[in-house]
Amino acid sequence: MHLTQEEVRHVAELAKLRLTEAEVRQYAAQLSAILDYAERIQEVDTSSVPPTPYVLGLENVMRDDEPQPGLDNEAALSNAPDSANGFFRVRAVFEE
Amino acid sequence: MTHDKTAQDKRALHELTIHAALEGMRSGEFTSVQLTQALLDRIAAVDGNVKAYLRVTAEKALAQAEKADRRRAAGDDAPLLGAPLAIKDVLATSGVETTCGSRILQGFMPPYTATAVARLNDAGMVMLGKTNTDEFAMGSSTENSAFFTTHNPWDFDRVPGGSSGGSAAAVAADEALGALGTDTGGSVRQPAALCGVVGLKPSYGRVSRFGLIAYGSSLDQIGTLTKDVRDAALLLNVIAGSDPLDSTCLETPAPDYTAALTGDVRGLRIGLPDEYFIDGMQPEVEASVRQAVAELERLGAEVVRISLPNTDKALPVYYLAATAEASANLARYDGVRFGYSAGADSMFENIRRTRGEGFGAEVKRRIMLGTYALSAGYYDAYYLKAQQVRTLIKRDFEQAFTQVDVIAAPTSPTTAFRIGEKVDDPIQMYLTDIFTISANLAGVCAVSVPCGFDKANLPIGMQLIGPHLGEETILRAADAYERATDWQRHAPALTGRAS
Repeated sequence: MHLTQEEVRHVAELAKLRLTEAEVRQYAAQLSAILDYAERIQEVDTSSVPPTPYVLGLENVMRDDEPQPGLDNEAALSNAPDSANGFFRVRAVFEE
Repeated sequence: MTHDKTAQDKRALHELTIHAALEGMRSGEFTSVQLTQALLDRIAAVDGNVKAYLRVTAEKALAQAEKADRRRAAGDDAPLLGAPLAIKDVLATSGVETTCGSRILQGFMPPYTATAVARLNDAGMVMLGKTNTDEFAMGSSTENSAFFTTHNPWDFDRVPGGSSGGSAAAVAADEALGALGTDTGGSVRQPAALCGVVGLKPSYGRVSRFGLIAYGSSLDQIGTLTKDVRDAALLLNVIAGSDPLDSTCLETPAPDYTAALTGDVRGLRIGLPDEYFIDGMQPEVEASVRQAVAELERLGAEVVRISLPNTDKALPVYYLAATAEASANLARYDGVRFGYSAGADSMFENIRRTRGEGFGAEVKRRIMLGTYALSAGYYDAYYLKAQQVRTLIKRDFEQAFTQVDVIAAPTSPTTAFRIGEKVDDPIQMYLTDIFTISANLAGVCAVSVPCGFDKANLPIGMQLIGPHLGEETILRAADAYERATDWQRHAPALTGRAS
C-alpha cells in the first residue's frame, strides 16, 4: 500500500489537521509502512463473520428520565479560549 | 544494586503497600498526615530524576490527609481511608489541571471528576498528584508526552513503558502507594511489567469510563498499578461497579475481590498459548515466564497447551480499530470549548491550525490512520475488515476458556528498552504491545505480575489473562504466585543517566 503525499493532504483535510510539508512526507512513508503491515488481515476469510465494534452487546440501556443538575453556564465556559455574553465565541463560519 | 526490603528491620512509610499502610493507620502507629508527608518527601527526593508526576498536589494532599485523620478519629474506617495514591493524567479531576500529556489541553481544569477517582475520594484516598502519560494515552514509553519522558526507576536510561508509565514508575519508586492507569492496548500491563509492579486491566464494562478522556472507547478501561496483588484487589473493590453516567459500565455487582485471594490454585487449569512464545522475544523473558508457570504447576495448577490462532492479526486490527475511534473522539479538540486555540482569523483555518499545532506527532499519525481507515473507499477494506477479524480474536478466547481457567503469557516481549531507541519507527514501537492488545480487543481481563529479572537487572512480567469478568480467578492465581516468590520485594536501583 503506497500513500501519496496528495492522499496524505486529502486525509489531513478530512481530519482538519494543518500539517507541515515535512510532516506530509513523513506521514506518507510511515502510514504506507503501517498499512503494509496491516495487509495481513486481508488474507483472513471473514465472509460469514459479523463485525465486533464493541464487545458487550448491550443495546438501549435505559434509565428513568429524571432531571439532574448539569454544568452551569460559568462552569461550561470556564475553559473556553474565547467567550462573550455567556456564549462560546467563534470566528465567522461563512466567509464573505 | 538491588536490595531486599525484608532485610530492613522496618520499612519506611513510603515503602509500604496500601494494605500495610491501612493496618498501620488503624492501629494508630502513624497518621495519614505522617504517611502523606513521607510520600511527599520521597517525591521531592527522587522525582527530579524519575519524572513520574506531571504535577504534585501537595497542599490538597495534606488537606485530604488531615480530613482522613479526622474521619478515622470519629470512628470511620472507609476502605482506603488516608491512603496516598497517584492518578494518571487522562482522568478528569475537578479543580486539578488535567492535560492528557498534551499541549492541546494545557491549562484545562475539568469541571467534574471521573467516577473512578470520585469513588477513591469517597473511600478516603489522598491524591498525591497527576502522573505522566503518552499524549492521550497513545504510546508505549511516555516518550509521546508533550512535556517530558518518565525514566524507569530500575535504569534511568530506559523507558518506564506506557502509556501509564508515570503511574508505574511512581509506584515502583515508592512515590505513591498505588496508582490508577488506563489500558487501551496494554497501557497498564506493559509499564507494570517494565517497572516491576502489579498492573491490572479489568474486563471491559467492569469500571466506569466516565471522566476517562476518551482514546478508543470500545477498548479503554481504567486499571490499577500496585506493589502487590492484594492492593490491586483493594482498589478494584472501590472502583468496580455500575455507574448511571456510563451506559457501557455493567450492572453486574462487583464481589469482594480480596475474598478471592485464597492462595489455593489446586486444580486451576492454566493455558499456555503457542502463539505467545515467538521468535524475536528476549530469551530471558520466555525463560522467566515458563519458570513462573512451572511454579504455579508446583502449587497444584494444571498446565494445558492451547492455541489462539488469530493472535498475529491482533496488532493490525488494533491499529485500525483504535485509531478509527480516536479520529472520532479527538474531533472535539477544535479550539472552541476548551484547550489550546491557535487564534487564526477564520473558523476552519483556526480548527486546522489549533489541531496541527496542539497535537503531537503520534496523535496526528493515529488520527490520520483512523481517518483513512474510515474514509470513503477504504472503510470496508480496513475498518469493517478489522472489526470482523476482531470477532475471530474474541472467539479464540471464548474457545480457549472452554478448556482452561486462565491463560499465562509474557506481558511484554522484552524488558525496558532505551529512551530514544524506538521513537523513529512506529511499527517497532507498536510491536511492544503485541502480547497485551488481544485482551482489549476481546474485552477480557488480565493482570501483569513480576516474575523475574534479566541479566541487566530489569524486571520481567508474567501476564495472566482471564475470561470476561474473571477478575477473581486471575487475582487468585497472581496472588498465589506472588506468595510463593519474592520478586515484588526487590527495590529498584534509582540510578542511571537521568536527563
